[in-house]
Amino acid sequence: MSQLVNALEIVGLTDPGMVRGHNEDAIDFDPAAGLVILADGMGGYNAGEVASGIATTLLSQGIKAALEVMPPHLPETMSQKPAAHRILRLEIEKANLAIFQTAQSQPQCAGMGTTLVTALFYDNRLTVAHVGDSRLYRLRDGLLQTLTRDHSLLQEQLDSGLITPEEARQSHNKNLVTRAVGIDPQLEPELNDYDVALGDLYLFCSDGLNDMVDDEDIAAVLNQLNTHLPEAAQQLIQMANDNGGRDNVSVVLVRINRKFAAQRGLWSRLLGRLGR
Amino acid sequence: MAKLILSLDGVVLREIKLDRDTTRIGRKPFNELQIDNLAVSGEHARLSLIGGDAFLEDLDSTNGTSINGQPIQRQMLKDEDSIEIGKYKLKYLSEAGLATGRPQPDDLDKTMVIRADSLRPMPPSDAKAPDTVMELPAAKPAAAPSPAATPAPAAPSHSASADLKPAAIKVLTGGNAGKSLDLVKNLTSLGKPGVQVAIITRRPTAYFLTHVEGPSRPLINGRQIGVQAEALNDHDVIELAGVKMEFFYK
Repeated sequence: MSQLVNALEIVGLTDPGMVRGHNEDAIDFDPAAGLVILADGMGGYNAGEVASGIATTLLSQGIKAALEVMPPHLPETMSQKPAAHRILRLEIEKANLAIFQTAQSQPQCAGMGTTLVTALFYDNRLTVAHVGDSRLYRLRDGLLQTLTRDHSLLQEQLDSGLITPEEARQSHNKNLVTRAVGIDPQLEPELNDYDVALGDLYLFCSDGLNDMVDDEDIAAVLNQLNTHLPEAAQQLIQMANDNGGRDNVSVVLVRINRKFAAQRGLWSRLLGRLGR
Repeated sequence: MAKLILSLDGVVLREIKLDRDTTRIGRKPFNELQIDNLAVSGEHARLSLIGGDAFLEDLDSTNGTSINGQPIQRQMLKDEDSIEIGKYKLKYLSEAGLATGRPQPDDLDKTMVIRADSLRPMPPSDAKAPDTVMELPAAKPAAAPSPAATPAPAAPSHSASADLKPAAIKVLTGGNAGKSLDLVKNLTSLGKPGVQVAIITRRPTAYFLTHVEGPSRPLINGRQIGVQAEALNDHDVIELAGVKMEFFYK
């Protein structure tokens, strides 16, 4: 675990933006667990922040507890997928039900929900789970790439060729997501694995950033302030606000400063336990 | 509700409310918008609403369909686009544009869930756009808090600094003395990595200097700047990593 603390540098910032009175985004991260969570809540009055708050709190507690008893890199017997998949699916399912039930039982929370992007870093890779239009980007060798594909009406239109990227920028449908946590009793999060390289910079963000700031400008900031994460986070939020700041904006930056291969041998696992 | 205004030679003929999923345009009588003119094909074009967007599609018409003078096959309509079919013009007025004048209402930015099975015609309603396309399994959520006190913001320009005058810095001392650097990017970093680094950011109101790295912060006119970004004035002298440079508007 301490290995991850030295390997990952993480900085997060969230801001209500220039227009909204309150912040419905929520972020949480823990370098020791290799965990990042970002949620963008929705729903009337302050129900949006209730939903994103429940999501980050429950996921943070649940995932960390699961990591205590289950090394995330070990393959599952049935699926041969790393245990991280099961941990993320299970905890997202729990959070989904908790939000759904709260929304059902509390009239002021009816219809609330939240987007989610969360990742576990382990064994020189990461597993990212996402729901809705909050994103994960990766800057590698100067190039910015989106690792998540939005669950949104606009992305579906783009995929099916109904709309050009140019038209998408003008669309009025930017705010319509096709999946969200807490809306239905069942939820299918999307999970993907990526290998991690030394020097990679990961950006988790809510749509308040990528709706306001072009990818080119995001890339320029990350490239220039690659080794200065607090300044980079500040600058990204500043740019979103300078361009109108019409939504809450949140960013979490993760830089890979060292490799973090899992300890595999029985001996090293035992030693690792004794050392804790 | 979005609408089309049909005109010929500058004379308004009809106003068509776009209250259904698709509106067919053509010469034959079954079209929702019938234009009885020989230059118009029987089934000429189709306008479809998807969420808050309208798409116009030419149906392989003989004489074609144009938007703002450009022939199109299929294109998303923008507020105040002019559709040309033969000698007829159709002006498209979007719901967002009609609701508050040109800037969009704030509510359009609120993230909402749309379910795959709810992509059906918008029910005719005078409610604001987001409410009509939204479908939630539980009760309808309480109306979003009205941002009455907040003026509708202008659409993001994505070039917030467009109005700012161009500026540059000129190196006054050291090996690069005399050289100048135009501040064309939103963010320019200065200094030596590992020694002292600062950035100049271009913002809508001014250029700002921010300390990034190094044991001491840079000086403006001999005074050390704070932790926060500081605005630069014309002919300020910046001192960074032992080098003096002048900031000026061009």
